[in-house]
Amino acid sequence: MIRAAIVGGAGYIGGELLRLLLGHPEVEVVASTSARLAGRRVDGSHPNLRGLTDLVHSSPDALPDCDAVFFASSGLDDPAQRAALASRAKLVFDLSADLRLTDPALFAKHYGAHPTPDLLGTATRGLPEVDRAALRTANLVSVPGCMATAGILGLRPLVEFIDGPVTVDGRVGSSGSGASAGEMNLHAERANVLRVFAPLGHRHQAEISQATGLTVRMTATGVDAVRGVQVLCRTQVRAGVTETDIRKAYRAAYADEPFVRVVAQKRGNYRLPEPKILLGSNFCDVGFALDADTRELLVVGALDNLVKGGSGNAVQSLNIRMGWDERLGLGFPGLHPV
Amino acid sequence: MSVQSCPECAADVAFAAPPELNEIIECGECAGELEVVSVDPLIIAVAPEAEEDWGE
Repeated sequence: MIRAAIVGGAGYIGGELLRLLLGHPEVEVVASTSARLAGRRVDGSHPNLRGLTDLVHSSPDALPDCDAVFFASSGLDDPAQRAALASRAKLVFDLSADLRLTDPALFAKHYGAHPTPDLLGTATRGLPEVDRAALRTANLVSVPGCMATAGILGLRPLVEFIDGPVTVDGRVGSSGSGASAGEMNLHAERANVLRVFAPLGHRHQAEISQATGLTVRMTATGVDAVRGVQVLCRTQVRAGVTETDIRKAYRAAYADEPFVRVVAQKRGNYRLPEPKILLGSNFCDVGFALDADTRELLVVGALDNLVKGGSGNAVQSLNIRMGWDERLGLGFPGLHPV
Repeated sequence: MSVQSCPECAADVAFAAPPELNEIIECGECAGELEVVSVDPLIIAVAPEAEEDWGE
């Protein structure tokens, strides 16, 4: 049994970490920090956890020593505090965007200047399907963004077939915006939208490029859902690439993966990846359609942005680091109907 | 257990029981409907789609 703490536990990602870690047989959650809600019960921010914990959010300064600390919020506004908090544990899992990119110039382009650029490149990416070997010994892990995860898992096995740039159309539910209420997130403003909030150059395109070596252009749209991510990745394949080639590549990459499923079916209501049936689960479904005549390839990826797109990836990375079964604490299969 | 390759997607299709002629099975990967067109040797093919005759 290890002792774990969450920095920024009052947000949606923090809430999902609490949900997963409170049900994890090898983890004791010893603290959840929130500068805004210190002294308030955790189940006040996350009512689904009523009866499961009596934990109270603490001030970040009161973070105890523990075995693993999870950053569920950015530390860029106070790098000294972030460093102090990280020093409380041997294992650090950062779910923010702070450490995802390795190139300071690229980071500055998408997020602004990094206050401690020397940190970039020091973390191991927390994407188990790609980084499993490195995660076994990693003490600092950076969990990828939600849409980036769906895009990377969909595209990476097919890189050798792709001929040209990739255009990624990402769709995301409102929880991807976090728990801080802004005017844009008022129900009256958010309900029923198909809001193209990043028409060009969404920041996750840099992560997908970094992980695949592909030239990626990305648009992102907020849709009328609370949870869920779906990415449509359009590109061209080399001449002669067949559907069988693509299926073989996916099989080679994911046949033994516990949380990636290839969904490209000929019949049924869910022929391609659909986030609706993944909510609450740690699955990422990937699928595709190929027009052999025009060489046009569409890759589709879907996941729950708060689970496989964040907290679930972090817990899976923890399981790998500790040498546990990767599926521990992550067995929920999703709901249908929902 | 007999294992064949799906003619649609090349995934392994396993028969738990001895296959029967004209038996229809579903591929677990692509969900395509497949028909046993020969038992010895075992051959499976994409099952014909049910066609709508519009009452004619």
